[in-house]
Amino acid sequence: MSTLTKSEAVDAPQAGNAFLSVRDLRVRFRTEDGIVNAVNNLTFDLEQGKTLGIVGESGSGKSVSNLAVMGLHNPRNTTIEGTVTLDGQELLTASQRELEKLRGNKMAMIFQDALAALSPYYTIGRQIAEPFMKHTGANKKEGRERAIEMLRRVGIPQPQTRVDDFPHQFSGGMRQRAMIAMALVCDPQLLIADEPTTALDVTVQAQIVDLLKDLQQESGTSIVFITHDLGVIREIADDVLVMYAGRAVERGTMREVLKTSQHPYGWGLLSSIPRINSSVDVPLEPIPGTPPSLLNPPTGCAFNPRCAYRELVDGDKCVTERPPLELANGHLSACHLTPAQKQSILTEQILPRLSS
Amino acid sequence: MSAKTLTEPADAAPTSGETLLEVNGLTKHFPVMGGFPFKRQVGAVQAVDGVTFDVHKGESLGLVGESGCGKSTTGRLLTRLLEPTGGTVKYLGQDITHASRKEIAPIRSEIQMIFQDPYSSLNPRHTVGTIISGPMEINNINPAGGRANRVKELLEIVGLNPEHFNRFPHEFSGGQRQRIGVARALALNPKLIIADEPVSALDVSIQAQVVNLLQGLQRELGIAFVFIAHDLSIVRHFSQRVAVMYLGKIVEIADRDALYTRPRHPYTHALLSAAPDADPDNNSIERIRLTGDVPSPLNPPSGCRFRTRCWKAQEKCATEEPPLLQIGGNDAGHLTACHFPEDGDAAAKRAAAAVPAARTTED
Repeated sequence: MSTLTKSEAVDAPQAGNAFLSVRDLRVRFRTEDGIVNAVNNLTFDLEQGKTLGIVGESGSGKSVSNLAVMGLHNPRNTTIEGTVTLDGQELLTASQRELEKLRGNKMAMIFQDALAALSPYYTIGRQIAEPFMKHTGANKKEGRERAIEMLRRVGIPQPQTRVDDFPHQFSGGMRQRAMIAMALVCDPQLLIADEPTTALDVTVQAQIVDLLKDLQQESGTSIVFITHDLGVIREIADDVLVMYAGRAVERGTMREVLKTSQHPYGWGLLSSIPRINSSVDVPLEPIPGTPPSLLNPPTGCAFNPRCAYRELVDGDKCVTERPPLELANGHLSACHLTPAQKQSILTEQILPRLSS
Repeated sequence: MSAKTLTEPADAAPTSGETLLEVNGLTKHFPVMGGFPFKRQVGAVQAVDGVTFDVHKGESLGLVGESGCGKSTTGRLLTRLLEPTGGTVKYLGQDITHASRKEIAPIRSEIQMIFQDPYSSLNPRHTVGTIISGPMEINNINPAGGRANRVKELLEIVGLNPEHFNRFPHEFSGGQRQRIGVARALALNPKLIIADEPVSALDVSIQAQVVNLLQGLQRELGIAFVFIAHDLSIVRHFSQRVAVMYLGKIVEIADRDALYTRPRHPYTHALLSAAPDADPDNNSIERIRLTGDVPSPLNPPSGCRFRTRCWKAQEKCATEEPPLLQIGGNDAGHLTACHFPEDGDAAAKRAAAAVPAARTTED
C-alpha cells in the first residue's frame, strides 16, 4: 500500500521516563468489506500531570487508538500491534485479568455520550461506587460514602440525596460530571477523555473543562483529551497530536500547533473555523472534499486529494510516497513540503488570513 | 405574556427593507398530562413564551441559545410544523398563526426548512431525484424544461454532481447529505429558509463548506434566513442580526456588531465569554463561568428567568419580569430584557473581577 520503508519512530529521546508511551501502534479491523486500517504507526508520549490533546475528524482513528490503550477492542475482529506502556507496564500483551485490575483503577475513561455510557438500571451512586468497591475491596457503606464524596468533588449540589438518583434524573452536564466522578473514583493516574464536551452547551462545556483542569492540578493526573474543537484544545492541552486517516500528521506543543502549524491539514482546520472576533466579510476557507475511507485510503499522503499545496511538491511524490513525521520548524509534521516552503506559506498566506 | 404588554419598538432597524415575517408574542406550551384514572393536564412545558421579532427581506437572523431554550421550537412554529399556543405570526402582512391547511399551502412553499440531522431528514428509500422533486410534485409546479432538469440544476447549485440524481442518500457523506437537504429547500424558490442547526452534525472541515454554500445562496438569491445554532462564532459569521434566547424568551436582540462587542444582557455576556477561542494569544476574553444548569421549562423561575444563574440578580429580578426594551446607551434596534444591564465595553473589563465574588456567595 505504501512505499515508505524506514521506521517512523522519530520520537522523543527520553522515551523511558514518559508515563504513557505508545510506539508504532497499529489497529486493524476485519470487516465484511475488507480490512480497515484504523490506526497506523501512531507514536506518542504523555508525561505525568500533562494533558495531550488529540484532534481529528470522525474516522481519523482518535477514539480507536485510545480504546486500544484501554484494551477495550473486541479481540475477535481486531488486530493490535505495537507497544503501549503505562508506567513501565506493557499493556498490549497483558492478560484480561491484569487489564481489569488497571481499568477504572490506574487508568480510566470518560465517554462522549454520558446517557449511553451510564446504565439506566442502577443509581448513579451505585455506578460510581462499583469500581471503587471492586478495586479497593471496600464494603457498600464505604462505597456509598466515597460516591457522595466524588459527587461533591465534581460539583453536584446535594450529593447526599443525588447519590440515589438514576441517570435520567440528571441533566446532560450533571451526567457528564457523574461520569467524571466515576472515572476519578480510584484516583487514576491516566484519564482518557473521549470528546467529553462535544454533546454539551458552551457554558456547560466551559464548566467541565475547568473541572478537569482543577482535578488535574489537585491529583496530578495525566489526561488524554480527544476533541475536534480547537478552541477546547487551546483551553486544556499542553501537547497536541493532529490525526488524519489513522495517522499522526502533526505533533507539538499546543502553541506550536495552533500558532505555527506546519501541515496543510492543520492550516485547513484553522482557516475553516470562524473566530468570534475575526472579520465577518472574509469568507471561510473550507477544506475541499471529504475525509477518505479507511478501507481504501489514498496512496502516498492520505491528505493529498484535498491538499491545496500539492503542486508545490516536485513530481508526484505526494501520491506515491507517504511523508514521514519529521521535525520541521520546531515540531513534528508529516508533509513533503520543505520546511522553508511551509514557513513561507504559513507566514504569507495562513497567518494573515487568521488575523484578519 | 409579557411581550404583549411591551411597546412594540416600531421596527427600529428600517435599513434592511421590507418586513417579511412578523412574530409577535409567539408562545408554545406543551401540555404535560398525568393523573389516574383520568388523564388531565398537570402542567405545561413553556418551550417558547412570548417571543417577538421581525425578519426582513434578504436578511439573516441568528437565533442562539443553549439546548432546551426553545430555539428549535421557535423554528418549527414559524414553519407551522407546530401549532402555536398564542401570539401571532404574520408573513408579508398575512396572519398565518392559525391558518388552515388550504390557506397556508401557498405560503408553505415560500418558507422552507433545513434540518439539523442530515441522516434522519432524508428518506432512505427515495432517490435524491425523488427527494428534491418532491416539493414540486406536491405543489404541482412544472418548471420550464421539466422537473428532472430543475433537479439537476439544483444539484449543481449546491455543489453536487448532477449525474447523481439517481442515487440514494446512503451513498453520500454527511456534508453531501446536508447539501441535498439544502437543494430540497431551494426547490420551490423560497423567500425564507429556517435553518435549524444546519452544520452542527457535520465535521469541522465540512462545516465551513456548508456555511459558505448557504452564505452564497443568501447573497445571490436574496433568501432571508432564520439561522438557528448554538455555535456563537458561526452565527456571527452568518447573521446580520442575532437574537439570544434563554428558557423560551428572547433576552437580547441586536445587530451583529452591537451584540458581540457590547452585550448588555449578563447571559449574552456569559455565553460569549464561554465560547472557546483557538488563538492561544487571545487573552482578552475574560471568563464568566455560569454555575448550574438551565432550569426546567416546566416550572421556570419567577420574574427574570435568568436570575437563578445571574451574578447581578437582586430582589427586583425575582418579582418583576424585565421587558425586552431598548435600554439607555443602546443603538436603535438593540433590545435587552434586563433590570440591571451590563454597561457594554466597561463590563468586559470589570466583570472579570466581579465574577469570583459572585461565585463564593453562591457556594
